[in-house]
Amino acid sequence: MYRVGIDVGGTNTDAVVLEGKRVLAGVKASTTEDVTSGVLEALEKVIAASGIARDEIAAIMIGTTHFTNAVIERRHMDEVAAIRLGLPSGAGLPPMVDWPEDLRQIVGNHGYQVKGGFEFDGRILSPLDEDEILRIAGEIRAKGLNAAAVTCVFSGVNDAMEVRVKEMLEGECPGLRVVMSKDIGRHGLLARESAAIMNASLLSLADRTVAAFGEALKRAKIAAPFYITQNDGTLMAADVVRDYPVLTFASGPTNSMRGAAFLTGLKEAIVVDVGGTTSDVGALSMGFPRQASTTVDIGGVRTNFRMPDVFSIGLGGGSLVVETGDAVTIGPKSVGYRVSREALVFGGDVLTATDIAVASGRAEIGDRAGVAGLAPDLVARAVARMTEMFEDCVERSRVSSAPVPVIAVGGGSVLMPDRIGELEVIRPENFGVANAVGAAIAQISGETDRVFSLIDGRTRESALAEAEAEAREKAIAAGALADTLEVIEREDMPLAYLPGNATRIHVKVVGEMGTPNA
Amino acid sequence: MLEDFPVEDIDPLATGAWILGTGGGGNPYLSTLNLKRLYAEGHRVQVMDPAALDDDDLVAVVSGMGAPLVGQERLKDPRHMARAVELMEDYLGRPFRAIMALEIGGANALSPFLAAALLGRPVVNADCMGRAYPEAQMTSFAIGGLSMFPLAMVDVRDNEVIVARAESWKWMEKISRAACTAIGSTAATCKAPRTGREVKDWGIHDTITKAVELGRAVDAARARHADPVAAILDHEGGKSLFRGKVVDVDRTTTGGFLRGSTKIEGLGEDRGAVLELAFQNEWAVAFRDGVPVAMTPDLICLLDTVSGSALGTEAVRYGQRVSVVALPAPEILTSPAGLEAVGPRAFGYDIDFKSVFA
Repeated sequence: MYRVGIDVGGTNTDAVVLEGKRVLAGVKASTTEDVTSGVLEALEKVIAASGIARDEIAAIMIGTTHFTNAVIERRHMDEVAAIRLGLPSGAGLPPMVDWPEDLRQIVGNHGYQVKGGFEFDGRILSPLDEDEILRIAGEIRAKGLNAAAVTCVFSGVNDAMEVRVKEMLEGECPGLRVVMSKDIGRHGLLARESAAIMNASLLSLADRTVAAFGEALKRAKIAAPFYITQNDGTLMAADVVRDYPVLTFASGPTNSMRGAAFLTGLKEAIVVDVGGTTSDVGALSMGFPRQASTTVDIGGVRTNFRMPDVFSIGLGGGSLVVETGDAVTIGPKSVGYRVSREALVFGGDVLTATDIAVASGRAEIGDRAGVAGLAPDLVARAVARMTEMFEDCVERSRVSSAPVPVIAVGGGSVLMPDRIGELEVIRPENFGVANAVGAAIAQISGETDRVFSLIDGRTRESALAEAEAEAREKAIAAGALADTLEVIEREDMPLAYLPGNATRIHVKVVGEMGTPNA
Repeated sequence: MLEDFPVEDIDPLATGAWILGTGGGGNPYLSTLNLKRLYAEGHRVQVMDPAALDDDDLVAVVSGMGAPLVGQERLKDPRHMARAVELMEDYLGRPFRAIMALEIGGANALSPFLAAALLGRPVVNADCMGRAYPEAQMTSFAIGGLSMFPLAMVDVRDNEVIVARAESWKWMEKISRAACTAIGSTAATCKAPRTGREVKDWGIHDTITKAVELGRAVDAARARHADPVAAILDHEGGKSLFRGKVVDVDRTTTGGFLRGSTKIEGLGEDRGAVLELAFQNEWAVAFRDGVPVAMTPDLICLLDTVSGSALGTEAVRYGQRVSVVALPAPEILTSPAGLEAVGPRAFGYDIDFKSVFA
């Protein structure tokens, strides 16, 4: 049995077939507006290239930057009623207060603050103003909104008001989809609320996208289940993404870094993923992407998702090369996926970073004749500038002076020199489809999130151990290999308002997927 | 002497104050949002040199009181901070000349700015901790034996409290803490009013400037891709204690405080060792393999190893890669009277203070 990994990026849709630890084939297709035909093309190509039979595919894992790109590019986002339960607290900082103005307008700037909320110990901060909720429901109907996000002060301690408001809104506004912040984020009202609002604004895109994936598989006559990779490199059932698209936000960089680790077998390295417009740089530590400790911006919005610590620069295969006086500027403007038509080596008339790579002999793509007329001095200076840009971002991602290797992946990685400063650059086989490889090897998780009573000799430590054992069992049941399991989240929040010294414990473990039937 | 506080100094002030907050005082991010909104509405704040105060001027000492974890959910509103100052003026029947911070550490560095922007009064370039501390008696004013009352407290609901008298700083702490806990462990407070003379004699001066400059040093290090943790040590004359990964956080909100401990497993040179940081709102004592290696009043700061950003006791979580550093305390805190108020015994640890910098 085989595993198929697919990466649906902004420009390319890549696919790979894996047999155990071996990559049988890796192919690229163009991402299409309807998503379906791009995925279908990639699937057909990779099945043909690997020569496998369709009924030997055990599972399909899809990684996609579709939802992140929607936020970054401000596309396909719906207007959202953003309802916060917490007055009289927080009146000075309304929903979306720290969002960029354009994004706030795109989701309609429908912020509401309503009396409600809990104290840290579960007592009521102020009673829920149900009349106000009914009034807002009327406005939602009048405005014709299809999505709402409800965020209650201390909903992590007591979710009763979020649940009640969801129930009321669904009753009053048929067809309205209501996201509760307690399902999306952790402690910290503003970041949790922002994540819930972004999630609500992406629900209809999530429906269309998951349906498009399903349609592609159906047309390809593949009956295997399909999964989608999430931020922490683990899999979710496709249907879960319909409700929680924001959980895929960082899966792109996670997949490319895990793919790079898999393809090289390296545990400590810097990974540079060069795309058409940008390069993402991150560090592998013990074989895993190093996580960002602090808040992460998505499209200018502060969130508290668990994400790899990745730094992006505007340098990719399609980056424009512009000479102004003595200086050569590369990027951030780019022809993006149009590089295959517009670059000089492809018969176009735009000087791109790819052309420089070909002219300097770093790469052999397209037609060399297209760059024969470039001044050697310009080429030399542009090469020097690119090297400098790569050195800067690699240096930034290093955590120690130890000379770790640099792994170059992504379609644009031909731009990279063979050495970056003192560091060796490694280009693994199949470097162009590392994202899809990362998706194919996505991990299995097991999670416990429930209330434990610390009575009858149960201590905090023993409850945490119990929760971890439960999470491990779930992961193993879902197909993870026991000896690869690792704890990635472990949190407890004492719930002083419940009797019996109650505490809410959240533990998540992840591990490698066992090779299916082999 | 008055100087305009420019809008571009808001973020460096917050960065510096968050580091000086030693894990407590609450993340200033929300306060910077509030202050920027006030600036956008046209409000401005001026900063006043303490030396410019007349001896009989009256100065308001303000702070948000409570557990940092609560402030991340029940968001602060500048109007309540201003209301606490007004409540005190109503009670005293006298106006304040200026407003100052109780503590330069954490969100409370910005509290006087929020009130000052709305009330049109200057902020004094001083505080009375030089860092952050959880309790009322842990200030340079208390160490100086100054009066501890009255105190004004404002809730987001229509609850206002005046503590008219208290027998000691500890009684003031006990009574005001009980009221604070009753209204949800977060409140805006205006502490015992100070005269200009008292601020000049017992305040810890120029701490706003100190925080802004520290913040700028961190920003500059980030901008040139240098190690921001090293920049902090360099700027403050601090010492590195430990590098590692957070493996456990035990946290309880109790008695109006956030208490608990964080365990960090060593990486690199510290591999094999475990550092345990005990906290009461702020990091109080660091134990390396069970042995105390740094303690209050020395400033213990937990920093994100890569960005140099401070991590608060309410936000630290499993898996974070962190550096623990110590920074020197203001002199008054390490005096015998200072150690009695803020030394390890004041936090329930039966150990003699031994400075990392001794």
